[in-house]
Amino acid sequence: MGKKLKAIHYLNQFFGQIGGEDKADVEPLVKAGPIGPGVLFQELFGGEVEITATVICGDNYFGEHMDDAAEAVLAIIEGYRPDVVVAGPAFNAGRYGMACGAVCAAVAKRLGIPVVTGMFPENPGVESYRKDVTIVETKATTAGMRDAAQLMTRLALKLARKESLGAPGEEGYLPRGIRRNTFASETGAARAVAMLLRKLKGEDYVTEYPMPVFDRVAPLPPVERMYEITLALITSGGIVPKGNPDRVESSSATKYGKYNIGGLKRLSPESHETAHGGYDPTYANEDPHRVLPLDVVRDLEQEGAIGKLYPYYYATVGNGTSVARAREFAREIAKDLVRDGVGAVLISST
Amino acid sequence: MVLELGRIPIEAIEWGAKTLIEGTVLHINRQELLERARQGDSRITGVQVDIARPGESVRIIPVKDVVEPRVKVQGKGGIFPGLVSGVETVGTGRTHVLQGCSVVTAGQVVGFQEGMIDMTGPGARYTSFSRLLNVVLVVDVQEGISRHDHEEALRLAGLRAAAYLGEAGRHVDPARVERFEVRRLLEAKPPATDLPRVAYVYMLLSQGLLHDTYLYGRDVKMLLPTLILPTEVMDGAIVSGNCVSACDKNTTYHHQNNPIIQELMARDGIDLQYVGTVVTNANVTLRDKMRSSEYAVKLLEMLGADGAVLSKEGFGNPDADAMMTCSKLEERGIRTVLLTDEFAGIDGASQSLADTTPRADAVVSVGNANEQIILPPMGKVIGDIRVIEKMAGGQSGCLVEGEIRAELQVVMGATNELGFETLYARGE
Repeated sequence: MGKKLKAIHYLNQFFGQIGGEDKADVEPLVKAGPIGPGVLFQELFGGEVEITATVICGDNYFGEHMDDAAEAVLAIIEGYRPDVVVAGPAFNAGRYGMACGAVCAAVAKRLGIPVVTGMFPENPGVESYRKDVTIVETKATTAGMRDAAQLMTRLALKLARKESLGAPGEEGYLPRGIRRNTFASETGAARAVAMLLRKLKGEDYVTEYPMPVFDRVAPLPPVERMYEITLALITSGGIVPKGNPDRVESSSATKYGKYNIGGLKRLSPESHETAHGGYDPTYANEDPHRVLPLDVVRDLEQEGAIGKLYPYYYATVGNGTSVARAREFAREIAKDLVRDGVGAVLISST
Repeated sequence: MVLELGRIPIEAIEWGAKTLIEGTVLHINRQELLERARQGDSRITGVQVDIARPGESVRIIPVKDVVEPRVKVQGKGGIFPGLVSGVETVGTGRTHVLQGCSVVTAGQVVGFQEGMIDMTGPGARYTSFSRLLNVVLVVDVQEGISRHDHEEALRLAGLRAAAYLGEAGRHVDPARVERFEVRRLLEAKPPATDLPRVAYVYMLLSQGLLHDTYLYGRDVKMLLPTLILPTEVMDGAIVSGNCVSACDKNTTYHHQNNPIIQELMARDGIDLQYVGTVVTNANVTLRDKMRSSEYAVKLLEMLGADGAVLSKEGFGNPDADAMMTCSKLEERGIRTVLLTDEFAGIDGASQSLADTTPRADAVVSVGNANEQIILPPMGKVIGDIRVIEKMAGGQSGCLVEGEIRAELQVVMGATNELGFETLYARGE
């Protein structure tokens, strides 16, 4: 066997044997070796992993000084250069769960060291950190300590050995809501026919992609006095100034562009083009108005049908661009528009 | 109705004086291949040809199509009907397959280019094309011709080259002959069996340049869903005209070797009855989506299908076609399994589809096309590596000293929605 792998354990003041609620203001401190539940963890790790130190912090201190506390804990952990960090388990203790989640997330992100914690699914720490942290599902109370310790040490060992984890159901951790590619033993076609036969026979089958539930945005009431409002143009059809100055990607866009059209009456094939890789660009490049209708909107402005046109338009490419990314774009753009008193937006897609 | 597929394994390709097969070696007269690929098409100004073998440090980019050389040796019609053969109905008699090799067409068509194939390294794990002996045609066309003409010139050159190489197998004794029998399902007396009646709904992308598909040479944008014999598909009745976002576009090779058809044929009469294949399209307008999904579902009802496998092509806009069709099938009591890839973001944390229906309760995922891959430099590049930064899935700065950091979607067929590969995405 090679050299021993090193683990650091994070605990709150109670499990760290400093004291109860009266000691919840204790600042981060470190003790050598395993403490409290750490003794059980060490026993389960056996000889391959050694808990070299335990970092302890009061739940109130952590909750009230989130950033400072996380920094201090991170600094201590970094000094030990561990192979894995375990935190908790926090069961259904909310403040403790948040602290375990924050410590683990910081360690994973900033130090690139694998982390494992354990919580009851309703602990608020789960909702906040499940995306970034491996969280083992535990019971609500310390009655679940041994089960939690067993799962946590098993996963910690795997991660310390740099092995990849199996699916959440097999390994006992809470789904992170992440889709990750992996290879099956059969082709997609074989899996499809097998799944259909089970479905037809009324047998159990597991869909490989449970349908997500989309946000539904309730439409606002119609704009009453269009002739008074400022109208803005947004497109996901990729119309950008010729040469694509912001290099908006042809697919899976990571950005959007904001372009001045304050003085512009018309678009032309010389001035604009599409960056979109998901449709036949011939016609949009021939006449960019087919995707971004500046011509018609300018006419409406001239006729007084709308108050005025906002002097910028926003463009991105909606080709394979993730919903999460699109939501980020929308938040930023909406902030601009609300600030500048825009009353209506025309969004053209392709 | 019977089609025999005679499989001739090809294990090596060499340039030679005459195009012929000796044992498992395909010898190719290079000059003749180039002439036959070009065939007097005045739009083509030059064709170069190269061979890319599995395991070689070779990157092919940008790839438009992959085609398997086949030849019709008995029965009506010729390979790729309506494009490089007549329009007689294919799918019966005997066809020989040069198995283990392909013709790859490369060369730029539009700004946001096509796909890529690495013959070794991590990229090779994601596509079966890395395991083929690829005869790569790099086609140059006249300056100033339209992109539609450009696409057609490349498409036909690839088909002609594959048909030409296929001819070498005409008089070769195949190592293995597979027999595919299609029963006449509409005959008065159905076979006495209580096996579930399963149909296949075969969605073909039809959204315009580089998003088109051809059925007997006809652009399927104008198609009303129709029935096709599985064996017609094996004879090249369906040809790809698309490749943008190459991961989930069906190449002609995928069509020729459609794994869903093979799976259903293999299980026909054993644990299911394969009652028919309906080809439908995926156009861009809502009206077309509604028309095609209505019509396709009606055909499945006429077939008396209990269940259906529904394959998608492309992503985003076609999600709507697939969900609409799936939803209507389930409403009519036809139990359905849908194959789709996912666009869940580089971190895998986003919703994967542009449209959904709660009725799509049995889905096969063929992978997250947004996931990042790192492809180390290759010793040789066939084509032009600089297009990677513009490719769907690439981005500015993704190419550093020959190493590519891009999304999986740049790899030809990596998330093929006929279920050609074993990749899938799972929730973690």
